[in-house]
Amino acid sequence: MAELTKELSQVKGDKPAVPGKDVRVHPNPEPPGKRPLDVPTGTPTVIVDDLHIVYRVYGAASDNEKGNAVNALTRILKRQGRPQMKEVHAVKGVTFVAYHGDAIGIVGRNGSGKSTLLRAIAGLLPPHEGAVYTDGQPSLLGVNAALMRELTGERNIVLGCYAMGMTPAEVREKYQEIVDFSGIDEFVQLPMSTYSSGMGARLRFAISSAKTHDVLLIDEALATGDREFRKKSEGRIRQIRESAGTVFLVAHDLRVIEETCNRVIWLHKGKIKMDGDPKEVIAAYNKG
Amino acid sequence: MSQPESAVADAQAGGRSGQEPLAKLAKRYGLRRAIARPRFPVYLRQLWQRRHFILTYATSRNVTKYSNSALGQLWQVLTPLLNAGIYFLMFGLILGGNKNIDNYPAFLLTGMFIFTFTQRTVTAGAKSISGNLSMIRALHFPRASLPLAYTIQELQQLAISMGVLLALVVATQEWPTWYWLMIPVVLLLQTMFNVGAGLVVARLGATMRDLNQLLPFITRTWLYASGVFFSIQDKVVDAAQLPQWVANVMYLNPAASFIEWMREILIATHNPEYGHHPPPMVWMSCVFWAVFALGFGFWFFWRSEERYGRG
Repeated sequence: MAELTKELSQVKGDKPAVPGKDVRVHPNPEPPGKRPLDVPTGTPTVIVDDLHIVYRVYGAASDNEKGNAVNALTRILKRQGRPQMKEVHAVKGVTFVAYHGDAIGIVGRNGSGKSTLLRAIAGLLPPHEGAVYTDGQPSLLGVNAALMRELTGERNIVLGCYAMGMTPAEVREKYQEIVDFSGIDEFVQLPMSTYSSGMGARLRFAISSAKTHDVLLIDEALATGDREFRKKSEGRIRQIRESAGTVFLVAHDLRVIEETCNRVIWLHKGKIKMDGDPKEVIAAYNKG
Repeated sequence: MSQPESAVADAQAGGRSGQEPLAKLAKRYGLRRAIARPRFPVYLRQLWQRRHFILTYATSRNVTKYSNSALGQLWQVLTPLLNAGIYFLMFGLILGGNKNIDNYPAFLLTGMFIFTFTQRTVTAGAKSISGNLSMIRALHFPRASLPLAYTIQELQQLAISMGVLLALVVATQEWPTWYWLMIPVVLLLQTMFNVGAGLVVARLGATMRDLNQLLPFITRTWLYASGVFFSIQDKVVDAAQLPQWVANVMYLNPAASFIEWMREILIATHNPEYGHHPPPMVWMSCVFWAVFALGFGFWFFWRSEERYGRG
């Protein structure tokens, strides 16, 4: 019984330590029918069930310890373990269900666990507790990790496409489309290290969105690039949603979220503070 | 009973059967857990589907490796040549070589080049997971692609090194024979062993973060135990008066076996009683290590597939 009340208090009041500025937590005030986009077909694509993510960080030496050999030795002799290793509890019990055609914006301050949550949905970070259930393979729009700055745009397109699991035929088919979409023209022959940051971002977005995804997770990819390109990429996100996909979008630019998403989740210190209509959540987020 | 939080989300998600636990809901719609390790045969098939990525990644790494130097790709030839020069200067001229070995330069260079292939693959393999965490955390692919790509990168480098080695061996008046046709077979077996060893150290390197610091000492010990600079038989049995089985055990270590076989092929005066054939013990050891390491390596690496990229 005591346990249950404790859990209930968690549902209601986010965190007892932070006296609720916003008591109207979690339960969606809006019935689903009134969402801006009436697409949700009732078929869930992503179910996040009481998810906890803990990951380890190495090499983060604290202030009171100096990184020299003598200290390292005393530490080992005193059996203090490895203090450079810190555990970060980034996501603390997040639960929600996403449906076909949903575009869910995730807002929250730096370090609130947004990116970690996306990685967990993508199946790239194993849950510490709880589970993520998905339909098909969600993919993170994050091909940049596979690209190499010293390679030409041309080679990077091929490498990036293969990294996302395309076949050679698909790569040939998509190549021109990627070049056109990115709008980098003849720069495709030059190494990526010579690109401006906007051009690099455009090419990366063009490569990673070339593949059709059932569930697409976008982390701050739209922040860079000029207005025209942002329009283009928003168009592409809409396309993905229309082809019955689900899109998750993390961005600090709230306008982008308000324009593209039909639902917004506000993460605060690893927990869901609010979940619902973009306008209301963003208004509350701006206040809090 | 379902947890209150799940119930809330469930209700919020459309008022469907308010109390249904999410796990059940997921099952009803056929959703699967995002993290799940595929069965071993499936894993190997996925890996095969990723062959284009593995090859492209290996080639790209080789292309970018020297992109900051003026001589560029020429270093792929220069590095083994310079290495050969130093070894020869050090062990051949200054230390006076080994009087018991005819054609010491060919003996030394063969040992060094063959050992370097394994050593570099193992060293690279240990970093293949820990050095690519950002990629592992952003993209889906069978993680064994990375150590495999690193091995293939070293194999591409080896193709050039072997050209240099053969040219140098011919320069010491070891003329090509039909037995040279066996060179690819030995290299294939060695590559199989390297792939397996690379996979094993990749998994170890992903969790034991001190491995990268330790590896240079391990590989150097291995280098000395593999008879690269000296003949194991001469030093261990004839000079140190140790029993024959000690030498046999040393010959059975994979690096020594591959080196011995290659020396038999390339050097006419190496163990003349066998001709250009390897002693049975040597080739059996090579085949065993190749098959065992490859099988065990894949299995060992796969066992931990879903945990890479966590720490």
